[in-house]
Amino acid sequence: MTETQQSMNTSSQFDELPDAPPKRKIKLSWSGKLGIAVLVFWAIIVVIGPSISPYHEAEFLDESLFIVPGSDEKYPDTDFRPPSRIVLLGSDYMGRDTLSRILFGARTTIGISFIATLLAYLIGVTLGIAAAVGSRFLDMVLSRLNDALLSIPSIMLGLVMIAALGSTIPLLILLTGIIYAASVFRIARSLGQEVMVSDFVEAARVRGEGLWWIITREILPNIAMPLATDFGLRFVWVILFISALSFLGLGVQPPMSDWGSMVKENLPGLIYGAVAPIMPALAIATLTISVNMIVDDISAHSGGKLAKRMIA
Amino acid sequence: MSVLLEVNHLKISARKDDDSLTPIVKGVSFNVARGEVIALIGESGSGKTTIALSALGYTKPGLEFTGGQVRLEGEDIITMASDQLRALRGQRVAYLAQSAAATFNPALTIGEQVTESCVLHNILTQKQADERAEFLYRALELPDPDQLGKRYPHQVSGGQLQRLMAATALCGKPDLLVLDEPTTALDVTTQIEVLKAFKSVIKQEGSAAIYVTHDLSVVAQIADHIVVLYAGEVQEHGSAEQVVSHPGHDYTRRLMHAVRPPPGAGQGEETSSEHHREAPALEVKDIVAGYGKTQNGIPSITVLRDVNVSIERGHTVGVIGESGCGKSTLARVMAGLLPAAQGKVLLDGETLKPALQRRSRGELQKVQFVFQMADTALNPRQRIDHILGRPLEFYLGLKGKEKRRRIGELLQMVELPQEFAGRYPEELSGGQKQRVNLARALAASPEVLLCDEVISALDSIVGANVIELLKRLRKQTGVSFVFISHDLSTVASFADEIVVLYAGRVVEKGATDAVLSPPYHPYTRLLISSVPELRVGWLEETMQTQEAQAGIDRVVTLTDTGCPFFDRCPLAIKDTCDRETAPARQLGAGHTIECHRSEAEFVH
Repeated sequence: MTETQQSMNTSSQFDELPDAPPKRKIKLSWSGKLGIAVLVFWAIIVVIGPSISPYHEAEFLDESLFIVPGSDEKYPDTDFRPPSRIVLLGSDYMGRDTLSRILFGARTTIGISFIATLLAYLIGVTLGIAAAVGSRFLDMVLSRLNDALLSIPSIMLGLVMIAALGSTIPLLILLTGIIYAASVFRIARSLGQEVMVSDFVEAARVRGEGLWWIITREILPNIAMPLATDFGLRFVWVILFISALSFLGLGVQPPMSDWGSMVKENLPGLIYGAVAPIMPALAIATLTISVNMIVDDISAHSGGKLAKRMIA
Repeated sequence: MSVLLEVNHLKISARKDDDSLTPIVKGVSFNVARGEVIALIGESGSGKTTIALSALGYTKPGLEFTGGQVRLEGEDIITMASDQLRALRGQRVAYLAQSAAATFNPALTIGEQVTESCVLHNILTQKQADERAEFLYRALELPDPDQLGKRYPHQVSGGQLQRLMAATALCGKPDLLVLDEPTTALDVTTQIEVLKAFKSVIKQEGSAAIYVTHDLSVVAQIADHIVVLYAGEVQEHGSAEQVVSHPGHDYTRRLMHAVRPPPGAGQGEETSSEHHREAPALEVKDIVAGYGKTQNGIPSITVLRDVNVSIERGHTVGVIGESGCGKSTLARVMAGLLPAAQGKVLLDGETLKPALQRRSRGELQKVQFVFQMADTALNPRQRIDHILGRPLEFYLGLKGKEKRRRIGELLQMVELPQEFAGRYPEELSGGQKQRVNLARALAASPEVLLCDEVISALDSIVGANVIELLKRLRKQTGVSFVFISHDLSTVASFADEIVVLYAGRVVEKGATDAVLSPPYHPYTRLLISSVPELRVGWLEETMQTQEAQAGIDRVVTLTDTGCPFFDRCPLAIKDTCDRETAPARQLGAGHTIECHRSEAEFVH
């Protein structure tokens, strides 16, 4: 009915085609907005962190800073100091400023994780789509290789590789990228396969479109949204993985700071009630939780379909 | 009769993002008495399903009750608490959904699923329920009633599943059945058997039913009362007899108009022969095609056997048959999506490569495929102007202004407003999407358009509009059409020639008038007699005929030898029809029937 009415309204006027309406935006709830605010905060810290930092990350604080006026103690302890005006978030087990180390560490932790996740996506999506659109044989080979990689516990693989090749930041990024590419591959492949058998891809094939066009115009736009949400989750896991490696002493090497290793080195401080191990842990928590809040919000908008796939 | 369900000034609204309410159902009232079937009829968006679901105290997410009452024996369902509702649903009111195939769990046996709900509600013990289920299988004329419960859903046909859905609903002896378009997805021959079973079971059980559909001729067969709905309001309400024979409201008349007349001779449109040239536009010769591994030119699952079809320039060939007969496979062979194992596809007298990857761009351009489901055939991430612009760019090399002008023309051709160019497919209705789908195929300026069930997913009024559009396009462009459908009436009103497919073989072909008038192939006769007529009492009459009795309740089976229609044919000759391939009998110009019987024997 409405259809006939609308088509009648067309009349035979023949104006220029109107321009496209503005793209619809995703409306985020308050939790999503909060997540974005926290994320933006950390992104700014990544850029300006070292320049606003009160001390250098490797700087041992001088004892003289902590001398209380009027007291006769000339050599006060510098380690595990509680927060004060001199050290806003306390000092760590070697008497370094926790705040400075968190500000410096943001760059290492977030930077390494981000690049590693990008790498994982580059490898995973490329191979995943190749497996989805390629021949059955190619799919077989890639999928079995992927299964083999998935079957090795990631931390163990990381341990062995680092033990053999030494711990450098490029190796850390490469290793994490490859390990996480395996799970990205699975998602990209299954998403790609689903789109590949849809009627509109078939329509493109009947038209005679080449593979490249089908991949870039038909498949990628339809899997971009779920992949983007997955990117958020994957990023969180990579942060935790790098932190875990650092915690074991295999990740970022001293004196560079990294949130994961900061938690580890300062653990003994818990006994004295020091805040030094708590602060980097909080930093990791705020970052990961905020990313999760954004991801939840987006996936709620894309219809929950995604959530199921994440679990699988 | 006592009133079972009373719907009183029912109002249901949708709540939008900004918390405003849009009314969907605007004060609808009707009563359902015991032992009575009441039909809610209207096109999609008329609110018929929403009203029917309110009898279960249910609204779809985003909708809410905003007024009125729904009373089941005096109790208001709308205000019930959720545990009362749970007791109500499945016990006193049962719901039967449109697609049985999607409702059954493939991993559980049929018996478990049929009895599950009434055992769960403690109405019957498992043993009683099993007995009751078996009784219902018998009442619904399902084959092999004592063993049926042990089988799995994929082992029975679609029509049988639909009846099993009814068994599930009836198992707990509900007072009221809500049937939501239960036969819409079925073939005509299957639809008859399901309708008949429903009707007799409802009478036997003395239960009341609400029957939701958009098909007036189906309603005429099954309903006692008809409520005609449009945009959430009752347009007309009366007994079936009265509404069907003396429609009082304009809208009812429009609905009746959209019901295509029963297929018969003289409906086909003669297309002009000015585009006529020597070679047919498209021709398939001796096609054998199927799925699976091919050995010695025979695929492991052979769908099409020795199919010959030729489409003259500017002509429309209708391909008709039940689901599973190979209609879509034939179109896919023509388009090159499925390379044939044997045989040739010729375009303008020149042999095409079987696989589309090997065909040239010019050849691809001339044969365009219109997919069945416009919902899935349009990329949801592309705007309409991109969808239409791509073939223009790809085949014709149009760019910039020229391309935009042509997009505008195409939209006008399919009667869509220009501003749709900037929209995404999801912002369009089903009929509008199907128009875009057509426009995309037309953009290539093809010579042959392969239309695969293009109106099957649309409701009758929208579907009728699309057919009108196709007729006009055919006049304007002189394109040849291959029109595939399971709906004989549609094909009869649109095609110049008809090809009747059964189990992958062409059983009859010829000019529309010749195919739709005697002599018939026995299968064509069954198809024609199965199309519901818009009058009360048609179902009972039809079920008396021998074709109907022989033909219903069998699935299309692909056979290697003999005539595949053998086991459903009232004229079958034992030991001949099941063993030998039927000879093709020429009856006049281009009219062929493949049957062992002679011409004289067809006529009755």
